[in-house]
Amino acid sequence: MSETTYLHAITTALAEAMRADERVLVLGEDVAEGGPWGATAGLADEFGAERVRNTPISEAAITGIAIGAAQSGLRPVVEIMFIDFLTLALDQLVNQAAKAHFMSGGQLEVPLVVRTQGGAGQRGGAQHSQSLEAWLTHVPGLKVVMPSTAADAAGLLTAAIADPNPVVFVENKSLYFRREPASDASAAIGSARVRRQGRDVTVVALSRLVPESLAAADELAEEGIDVEVIDPRSLVPLDLETIVDSVAKTHRLVIAHEAVEHGGFGAELAAQVQAAAFDELDAPIVRVGAPFTPIPFTPPLEDAYLPGRTDVIAAVRRVLGSAS
Amino acid sequence: MTTGVAGLDGDVGLRLLRTMWRIRVFEERVGQLTRADEVHGLVHLSVGQEGVAAGVCGQLRPDDAAYSNHRAHGHAIAKGVPLGPLMAELMGREGGVCRGMGGSMHVVDVERGFLGATGVVGGNLPLALGSALAGRLLGGDQVAVVFFGDGAVQGGIFVESVNIATLWELPVILVCENNGFAEFTPRSAHTNVERVSDVVAPYGLDRETVDGNDVVAVREAFAAFLDGARSGGGPFLLECLTHRLRGHYEGDPQHYREALAAEDWQELDPILRLQQQLDHEGFEVEARAEVEEAVEWARSRPFPSPEVIAELVYA
Repeated sequence: MSETTYLHAITTALAEAMRADERVLVLGEDVAEGGPWGATAGLADEFGAERVRNTPISEAAITGIAIGAAQSGLRPVVEIMFIDFLTLALDQLVNQAAKAHFMSGGQLEVPLVVRTQGGAGQRGGAQHSQSLEAWLTHVPGLKVVMPSTAADAAGLLTAAIADPNPVVFVENKSLYFRREPASDASAAIGSARVRRQGRDVTVVALSRLVPESLAAADELAEEGIDVEVIDPRSLVPLDLETIVDSVAKTHRLVIAHEAVEHGGFGAELAAQVQAAAFDELDAPIVRVGAPFTPIPFTPPLEDAYLPGRTDVIAAVRRVLGSAS
Repeated sequence: MTTGVAGLDGDVGLRLLRTMWRIRVFEERVGQLTRADEVHGLVHLSVGQEGVAAGVCGQLRPDDAAYSNHRAHGHAIAKGVPLGPLMAELMGREGGVCRGMGGSMHVVDVERGFLGATGVVGGNLPLALGSALAGRLLGGDQVAVVFFGDGAVQGGIFVESVNIATLWELPVILVCENNGFAEFTPRSAHTNVERVSDVVAPYGLDRETVDGNDVVAVREAFAAFLDGARSGGGPFLLECLTHRLRGHYEGDPQHYREALAAEDWQELDPILRLQQQLDHEGFEVEARAEVEEAVEWARSRPFPSPEVIAELVYA
């Protein structure tokens, strides 16, 4: 089987979407040069500067331009280089894009994709490393997608471009260069995937915490603890049914994400699961997330800050009632 | 400054006068209905500024995108939004142009190319650029227009938008209604730059400042920019110096300024100025009948049912 990377899968999906539909255009800072990681590399050569548009460092305006273009018949894919800079475009995203369909009584559609990436571990400091997806899930009208594999990155990006709604597509920089089997599987927004079957504990993990949780599950399997790992893939809409079905089997739930635990998406997920399946739970839901501090720069402290495999293992032991 | 003359072709002058009266009478009626609690929410009237809406929108096609701000009723009417559905929207009714989901500050009528008002000052400036870009990339000759007040010019999004519009040479016309007040404070309290056309000077776009209460001057200046944008040029900035006769919002006690003396207003009023030149009366009466019909129609519409909400969150 051939191999690909998460990043290459994104580039390929963008190129295919642009070939299939001339209304698709890419805009953002340095996109014609490929961007800092090369996600858009080669697109300007194939599609030209009109459809692969370098922009000034004006996150609010480029997001707003994309919204207007989407309302007027194009299908723009905006790149916000770091999710930390999405703060600069939040008026556009929250007040304009998210509400246009609703406030116009259904007249306007905003088929917009905002690609961005978060995540720490690259010594980027607290302004280039955050995981801010929970903010976005709080805004009705936005869809929020977080792929964890190359195949899902491609499939979900294709689905996001085809979607008539504004979709924020949240990548994780530490996943970009992992080698994975290539796949042309399609993916629907709003459909979770069971990454590993298990009987004892359900771990719902987001983005980078999916491979971390799979590694944790392998390690726990050696002790006879059988962990099921679910990747929701999109936070809005959320496939609660797949998660609740799993909890009905395992009766124990761990939720793992890289974002700050306090006010993170795990809190919403925990609330929804207990409301839907309280009687199925044999133990309080345990969350794994980052501490309530900005991300430290210095390598030993950043490494200690980042939630990962060992935190998931500890959380599984805790939800099973065994000491870690 | 360009001084307008009534050298208008055919019935253009009459159409401008008629549009301005429709706006004036509609707005005054909205003010009454706000006080009567039939029109709801935060209502900002454009009484006194009708010349800008009429002078600009009357020249646009339905497929030209127009964007507006919180003071949007006049722009919407001039762009062709029918009075009944507009009034029903302000009343929150199902027959409203946005099914009662938008209200005064968020009027949209896609069929007429009124892509929307926004309640966030300056918030849709870049959207107009996007519509202009779409028109060009899709091979059409549509232009985009965005109305904003002088208060929007001090926001970062204005500079970002002007910069990109000029860099990409987009067919967009930025129309500033400079009424001298940003909400409750005069322009001089917000900036040292008096003229908006001076703010954008370094970007090198074609720009002009006109007497916004002279509808003919507005029309002439805008016509030149529209020709330019239609034939592939742009962007342009038209600054219209105008006067907001009423408060920032309905109910604003206006402690921050002296009321204009009636005789001074007579000199400024864009409607009276054109009406005297054309020596034509009758549109006021006609507008009153149209507006009353709109009010009665709107009153007859039901409020939307709660199920509408869930249907409209996602397309």
